[in-house]
Amino acid sequence: MSRLKRLMSWLTTTDHKRIGLLYFYTAFVFFLVGGLEALFIRAQLAQPDGHVVSAETFNQLFTMHGTTMVFLALMPLTASFFNYIVPLQIGARDVAFPRLNAFSYWVFVLGALLMNASWFTGPLFHAGRLNVAPDAGWFGYANLTSRQYSPGPNIDFWLLGLQILGVSSLAAGFNFIVTILNLRAPGMKMMRLPVFSWMTLVTSFLIITAFPVITVALVLLMFDRFFGTHFYLTSAGGDPVLWQHLFWIFGHPEVYILILPAMGIVSEVLPTFARKPLFGYTVVVYSGVLIGFMGWGVWSHHMFSVGLGPIADSVFSATTMLIAVPTGVKIFNWLATLWGGQLRFTTAMLFAIGFIALFTIGGLSGVTHASPPADLQQTDTYYVVAHIHYVLFGGTIFGLFAGMYYWWPKMTGRLLSETLGKWHFALVFVGMNLAFFPMHLIGLLGMPRRIYTYSPDLGVSTLNLVSTIGAFLIGVGVLVFIWNVWRTRTRGQTAGNDPWGGATLEWTISSPPPVHNFDVIPTVASRLPRWTKTQLKAIPEGAKLAEIHVPGGSIWPLVTALGLPVLALAPLSHRLPFAFVGATIILLGIFRWAFEPFEA
Amino acid sequence: MTIAAATHRTSMGLDSRKMAFWAFIGSECLLFGSLISTYLVYKGRSVVGPYPHDILNIPFTSVSTFDLLMSSLMMVLALAAVQRGDLKWAKVWLVATALLGIFFLSGQVYEFTSFVREGLTLQTNLFGATFFVLTGTHGAHVTVGVVWLLTLWVRALQGQLTAANAVTVEICGLYWHFVDVIWIVIFTVVYLIQ
Amino acid sequence: MTECWDSSTFDAVSRDRRWLLPLLCAAGAACGGPFPQSSLRPRSDFAGAIDRLFTDIFWWAVLVFILVEGLLLFIIVRYRYREGAPTPKPTHGHTLLEIAWTLAPALILVFIAVPTMRTIFATQTDSPAGALRVEVVAHQWWWEYRYPELGVVTANELHLPAGRTVALALTSADVIHSFWAPGLGGKRDVIPGRTNRLVLRPDSVDTLLGQCAEFCGASHANMRLRVMVEAEPAFQAWVGRQQAGAASVAKGSLAEQGQQAFRRYGCVGCHTMGTMSTAIIGPNLTHLGSRMTIAGGLFPNDSVHLTRWIADPPAEKPGSIMPNMHVPAGDLAALIAYLRTMR
Repeated sequence: MSRLKRLMSWLTTTDHKRIGLLYFYTAFVFFLVGGLEALFIRAQLAQPDGHVVSAETFNQLFTMHGTTMVFLALMPLTASFFNYIVPLQIGARDVAFPRLNAFSYWVFVLGALLMNASWFTGPLFHAGRLNVAPDAGWFGYANLTSRQYSPGPNIDFWLLGLQILGVSSLAAGFNFIVTILNLRAPGMKMMRLPVFSWMTLVTSFLIITAFPVITVALVLLMFDRFFGTHFYLTSAGGDPVLWQHLFWIFGHPEVYILILPAMGIVSEVLPTFARKPLFGYTVVVYSGVLIGFMGWGVWSHHMFSVGLGPIADSVFSATTMLIAVPTGVKIFNWLATLWGGQLRFTTAMLFAIGFIALFTIGGLSGVTHASPPADLQQTDTYYVVAHIHYVLFGGTIFGLFAGMYYWWPKMTGRLLSETLGKWHFALVFVGMNLAFFPMHLIGLLGMPRRIYTYSPDLGVSTLNLVSTIGAFLIGVGVLVFIWNVWRTRTRGQTAGNDPWGGATLEWTISSPPPVHNFDVIPTVASRLPRWTKTQLKAIPEGAKLAEIHVPGGSIWPLVTALGLPVLALAPLSHRLPFAFVGATIILLGIFRWAFEPFEA
Repeated sequence: MTIAAATHRTSMGLDSRKMAFWAFIGSECLLFGSLISTYLVYKGRSVVGPYPHDILNIPFTSVSTFDLLMSSLMMVLALAAVQRGDLKWAKVWLVATALLGIFFLSGQVYEFTSFVREGLTLQTNLFGATFFVLTGTHGAHVTVGVVWLLTLWVRALQGQLTAANAVTVEICGLYWHFVDVIWIVIFTVVYLIQ
Repeated sequence: MTECWDSSTFDAVSRDRRWLLPLLCAAGAACGGPFPQSSLRPRSDFAGAIDRLFTDIFWWAVLVFILVEGLLLFIIVRYRYREGAPTPKPTHGHTLLEIAWTLAPALILVFIAVPTMRTIFATQTDSPAGALRVEVVAHQWWWEYRYPELGVVTANELHLPAGRTVALALTSADVIHSFWAPGLGGKRDVIPGRTNRLVLRPDSVDTLLGQCAEFCGASHANMRLRVMVEAEPAFQAWVGRQQAGAASVAKGSLAEQGQQAFRRYGCVGCHTMGTMSTAIIGPNLTHLGSRMTIAGGLFPNDSVHLTRWIADPPAEKPGSIMPNMHVPAGDLAALIAYLRTMR
């Protein structure tokens, strides 16, 4: 295949496995970008009165660190596993809408690039500096984001980028809901669904319900900034707190969008390496669903310091505490899964166990700020930074690393090195605790978050230095992982169908799987088809296999996706023609897409 | 049009496109829910006029609302015609639905311009901002629906709309009815309960 | 401020949390000072209530932490893979266990929720009659304090009498900020278009540090504050000094030249200065000389820092709204002499 042809085959691919890989590599690059931003932040804070970067750049760094990690790294990394693994786990040939899937991916890439272009495009806006990245925090509280207080293009990049990324997430959400509900293999009842697929389903529902809310919040902000409305401005009777409500009504489900997939991965990895079925499958599934529901009733716990009054504080405190119950139940069920097992400490297993250990700490510090009075001392300090990193790094990223080691052989046909893997784990585990544990104390001793400099009088200089050392240790750990991935390309041990003795359907087929996944769609009669041998119907000898339709590629998802950033250029550059060009591209893309003879 | 049919069976027995569309409608509910909530939160907080009662023309909008309701009826007839393979009437009902949609949009354009003439713009006050963004978002949805209906109509003219792919009309119908229902809510919240 | 470090370190971690001491010392942090901005050093009824509540929750968390992590460690050691061991029994669940570990955390949460609710309602009360009212106005990036009953307006350094209830009314002149002096208690957001309240009673004479806790733009890190909790007589004395008119400058002195410069360079356009000007964009400078710090609590109030500050504010404090007025060195010296006179 010529190079051009190969490139085109990737640009037009609609194969969920290839899209999964695209998601993985792209998201991992952004994970590194977000990590680099974090290291700059830590370098600045290594000592009091630091001068590594300017105040303006620091504010851009922490804003983009949060935004990048949430929207460009963690979500798309989970999406990479949704894409690659879910169809295999449920016994499907692809996702329900392969071209929509490709569209999700391209929109994600283009939105991410648009937002990150702000690092280098200052001169285009005569900003007098190179970097005009978003600088009002990942939560972008109004009215700091108004034209009056943020006149530059920084916030425009942020609000336009996020709207584009929302389109990507929504499209993926619809796709996976339908895939999981509708494309299950015969016999794969809902309560036989692997927990990872279950959590993907719950996450997808959260995505399609939470993202419209932030879309509205961003649209209103866009109107304020571009069309002179006063949604978040007090001058005409508006209230900046409206933004906070809308943002956190989205923001709290978003937290579960980030953590539930990782919980799903852990629920796959633990049984495999304990050689025991997941303890309390039903309870684990239902508590995941319950967490998804309850996640909608707790948003104001991000706003205890706003002064909503004692009644609202009490109600949201109670709902927040309640959500700790299903979370705790999950942890106990994982422990019970391990209990009495034969634990093999592969790297995947180490990360999964690390998840339990660290997420527990994050959960417990979470309970301390479920209590509004205590939270008034903790919110907006490093104590909360410690909490979210125990949840999102110790939780989500550990879960994702577990998933990478677990499914890498399935996705590439080669096993990652276990020796390097253990180094990776050890460095990241130690680094993470060194980086984030002291932050509890730093916060309680009075250091607010999002400050580019602090006084030596606070007495937190040494703790900050320790934290910085930990952060760089994590960096080294991630480098080891990259080295591991690199050498596995050529020197990794071949995996075979099932290197781990897993129980679910993805392990019945070759690694990597053929384009159509399953020669014959399996018929499932149990929750753990590979561990209950009689439960997978064997293919009769010499049976004639039905012809398998594999859809060809399509360029139109990419074309349609291209229209969105072009459309965004209109407000960004204050030039209307971009809007017409963008809209035309989108319309053209949609029509060609709709009338493409796709199945032939 | 999409791959769903490739497996020729679905676990829930519901067409995948239809299921996706129901999910989409669920998502849209949250979108309009947020916009309507914003409208309600800011109701009565404008510091300068014109206020809703100065400017909203209920009789006029009632006609628009009736028009949109009728278009939903046309939509039902169109789907029924396609399902029984009656291409002739399908064409009629489809274009009738689209025309009623266009009539509604014209009404909205007229309403918006007359409001602007009477001094209510996006920038005037909170009522203007919330009103135009909410009803404008709805209008954008109607516009998409009209384009969709006209596309189906052209397909019908080309003779490519058969009972076998009635589901494409059914989905468009779901969308159209949804947009209609949302309008009923907006009409009630914005116009009737002042 | 003159406490020796070891006793104040004890303060910093309060009695229940002495276990933190070795950790702090090991980190070397304890030797750095008395943690003037620590939330673990309550100096008011409000901060005390929070501290007691947090201590309760903290110990519950420690208990659960030990149980869960202990169990996890035990399992890792006990059930590690051994060559030739039989395949584990495939248990799928246990209803009674599930109920037990649903109820247990729920029960613990009740023990946390009840004192939580009690503290919420106890700390959000109306201000009693006779409370000292202070209006706190947050600006990018400094704090303005107005004592309406006393006719005093000052900046960044909040003077409070020990033992008297204070009612703070918080408003913002621009974006959202958050008033936080951990020794006084929890933070409260300062939101444009709203007036938030904090009612508390400082209980001991001390100087507490604090700073803005809600990200508010370029110099969010530089929006610091100090709370001087003084004994009643000392507080009254301070009030008396603040109520006095602006200090007079001697004819022909450097300070008098400074006074003219103050007018000439447009300082009067933003700053209140005695009866000379009543502008309210920047801090009231009538008694600047009596303050310990300048520029949002960022620098000590001495000639060196004052000179550097006026020479180029945006360089000292990113985004500063006070512009560089390009004051030549001679006038600058006169300005400083004048401002130092304004006690």
